Amino acid sequence: MDPTAKYISQKISRTRWRPVPAGLLQQPEVFAAGSWDNESNRVSIWSLGDDDSDTDGEFDEEPRLLCDSEHDGDVTDLQFLDGDRLVSASSSGAVAILKLQPDCQALSLAHVWERAHRYSCDNAPCTAVVCRSPELVSVGEDGRVILYKADQTEVVRVIENADSSTIHAVTFLRTTEVLTVNSIGQLKMWDFRQQSDSPAQILSLTGDRVPLHCVDKHPNQQHIVATGGQDGMLCIWDVRQGNTPFSLIEAHSAEMWEVHFHPSNPNHLFTCSEDGSLLHWETTSGSDMSTLLQRGWNSRVVSHSGVPLAGEDDSVVSSWLAGDSSKNRLEATHMLPSQTLSVNSLDVLEQCLVCGTDGEAVYVHRQLPNFSI
Amino acid sequence: MEEVDVEPSPMLIPSAGFHQRHLGFEWGPGDLLVYETNYKLQGPRSAGSPLVHVVRKDEDICSPILRKLFNESHLIFVGLQKIKEDVVEVHSVEVSILLAIELIWNLCEVLFIDAAPAGSLLLHLLDWVRLHKSDVDARAREVLQSESPAQHQSYWDVISLVLQGRMDEARQVLSKQASLRAESSSVFKRMDVLLQTMPIFNPTGTQTLTEFDVKWRHWHEECDRCLQDNTFASNRHLETIVKILVGDEDTILEQKELLSTWYHFLVTRLLFTHPTIKPPDLHYYAQSSMNMFLGPRAPPEPLDIILLSAFEFDLHQVIKDCSIALNNWWFVAHLTDLLDHCKLLQSHNLHFGSNLREFLVLEYASGLFTHHSLWQLAVDYFDHCPEFGRVYLELQIERIPLDTERKAIKVLRICEDRQMSEQVRSICKIMAKRALRNNRLGSALSWSIRAKDAAFATLISERFLQDYCNKGSFTDLDLLDNLGPAMLLSDRLTFLGKYREFHRLYGENRFSEAAKLLLSLMTAKIAPRGLWMTLLTDALPLLEQKEVKTRTTHALHSHFTVVKKLVETMYICLQNFKHLSCTIAV
Repeated sequence: MDPTAKYISQKISRTRWRPVPAGLLQQPEVFAAGSWDNESNRVSIWSLGDDDSDTDGEFDEEPRLLCDSEHDGDVTDLQFLDGDRLVSASSSGAVAILKLQPDCQALSLAHVWERAHRYSCDNAPCTAVVCRSPELVSVGEDGRVILYKADQTEVVRVIENADSSTIHAVTFLRTTEVLTVNSIGQLKMWDFRQQSDSPAQILSLTGDRVPLHCVDKHPNQQHIVATGGQDGMLCIWDVRQGNTPFSLIEAHSAEMWEVHFHPSNPNHLFTCSEDGSLLHWETTSGSDMSTLLQRGWNSRVVSHSGVPLAGEDDSVVSSWLAGDSSKNRLEATHMLPSQTLSVNSLDVLEQCLVCGTDGEAVYVHRQLPNFSI
Repeated sequence: MEEVDVEPSPMLIPSAGFHQRHLGFEWGPGDLLVYETNYKLQGPRSAGSPLVHVVRKDEDICSPILRKLFNESHLIFVGLQKIKEDVVEVHSVEVSILLAIELIWNLCEVLFIDAAPAGSLLLHLLDWVRLHKSDVDARAREVLQSESPAQHQSYWDVISLVLQGRMDEARQVLSKQASLRAESSSVFKRMDVLLQTMPIFNPTGTQTLTEFDVKWRHWHEECDRCLQDNTFASNRHLETIVKILVGDEDTILEQKELLSTWYHFLVTRLLFTHPTIKPPDLHYYAQSSMNMFLGPRAPPEPLDIILLSAFEFDLHQVIKDCSIALNNWWFVAHLTDLLDHCKLLQSHNLHFGSNLREFLVLEYASGLFTHHSLWQLAVDYFDHCPEFGRVYLELQIERIPLDTERKAIKVLRICEDRQMSEQVRSICKIMAKRALRNNRLGSALSWSIRAKDAAFATLISERFLQDYCNKGSFTDLDLLDNLGPAMLLSDRLTFLGKYREFHRLYGENRFSEAAKLLLSLMTAKIAPRGLWMTLLTDALPLLEQKEVKTRTTHALHSHFTVVKKLVETMYICLQNFKHLSCTIAV
């Protein structure tokens, strides 16, 4: 089924689903979109409308605009803190919390940390922000890593000069640990419990220092991360294990902007790129999907060294880390009908996928094909 | 110098040109800079206003509705370039504004692209009129759905159905009247028969045009007979209808309000007088219809002129008139591109050397490029202009303001995909310099690596070494320790990486390795002269260390060899140094 496209007269830098309340088996209906490269940029909230049973499963409705708010500078990143608060990162270096009124009638600025990222005599764009309520972490072109608490006006901690190059993305690993990726191809792990301003661990690919643009953590296994970079390569890493990623996949022909594991079904991975494609990756082990689910993650996996890692529960090994490629296949499907301009962002929740492009179009898939939960 | 087509309209620039000052100007890519000069016709010379005015055209490019249009048509444009067959499917572009454009576009489709011959031509024109006068349906439905249709006040607007040649629907409406009055039912039946028997040309059928013509004339005579017999004299409305069927131009003209446009009048007139119209004869009727409808004194609107040129099958005139009348190059660029693909445009050499299609597409794309956001669309358009597209792109792409790294990355990707290496180097240099200024040495290095700019990498290394000399320690260790193969980009960078490695080895007490490394650095001659003294100073503690750290005789032996070599090299270096200082002293 083809996704619905909607032209919204602004280039989209980020799209994010509003989280659905836990426990309810609902499909997400509301998403936020941020624009860039406009003289006046906006953060806007869109709704997919009701999906009544009497529409016979026809989801032809275009998203409609609920409310929006002006944003100073490009929207470089957007994350939902919770059901009605949204964090935005700006190219002016500011990080802001926006509050969504009930019934999505209006979007207002709750708090802003101006010039959180800066140079001594200039603005430095904030490149990414990640939240785990109530904590937020932002990173920027100035190489700083900043920790905030949503309800505090002052920042909690700043790691000055965390990186000599631009930090492009950040993700939480454990409660006090974050992982950042930078433009000289390094992954750095930071532990906020430590007083020193140096990273706990640095990982990088041997070989060319290709900038990394995005990172995402496996939802169930905190040591597995996926990264994407300038050359469009998708790498799956085990952060406990040294310097080589487990898998290196030639995913795209240009920069990969976002990579996401599906939050509830991590066998599925989504990537989007400057080359205008959005790919859905599915890892299938040799056995049937249903038997896999029955046994849990007990698929037979050969780890890189052939020896199970110390302290490892044999049964809990992800199929992403399989070194034996004949047992595990990786299938990729294009999600967009034709080659568009760069797909800058994607978000996936339950059975719904939303993405935004430089062609000023938002695409929504309400029922991901070949997808079973 | 060519003649001017239209009188240019003057534009007032506020607060400029007072006191008879002359204005100077300079063209930009999409704007005009205007300033006051010092020159005055009369009176003493004095300093003028210090303001520079930016005059911009093409305001509709900023409208959000038009942005949707530009983005959607961009997709279609790119798709069209990929189609290689001779017969091109006409894509209909959805336009929510500028109905005139849609009208012109549809007419061009009918006349130029479908190129209907006699017989079908009228049918297509009827469709075209019906498409653009759709309120007829709404009114007819309103009448039919009302309680007593025959009493409805707009009942007799059924004539507009007849004017559009929709006989079946007209009959349906008329039947409501017929059932009402028994005494006049025979009259209505007669009309019904006339309407039903009107011949319609079937282009896919076996009937030839001549056969159709004969049939039509029979029917026409039948209508005329009814008129002469005063069959419908009892009902003036039916009388009007039969006059229309006969093709009485005055009666048709009386329905001006229902027709509302001269081209509707044209098509109706042709329907009832000349249904087998051939394309070359179209323009006679077009001109006369326009004159009859609009009257002698009304000046034709730009839209009317464009439509008339279309009816005259003068493509170039259509394009020219559209270029003048419409504010933006969007329409003409896409129309011309489409016509060019249908091979309908003869090559028309312009003074600039490229053909008409390329010229218009270039103009449109250049206009897009001046927009802060739509420049990405323009790239694809330039790609499909074989003669000048690349040059235009090369000139324009360097002028995009780069506020964030992400935007720079996108621009670079565009350049790299098209092997524009000069532009890549120049953009990377701008970003690297900016990073350096903000003390982001890692970023600067990453830009130099992307551009493979050895000279800049050398510059960055010098900066590092300078910092080291000033502070006594290295900054940004995370970068230096992890240079990898990028180290080989420039000699200075290699030296820097290795030198840092030497310090690291020393810090980890791996003295023999450190010593070997230092030796290789000195002998490989990649060390800059200015640092030789520093290197020698670094070597000194190594010579002292060996006695403390060596454990095995083997290591001792190798250590001695290394140290011996060190001493020898030191001697050579010192000699050179002495020689240098001697020459300087002299």
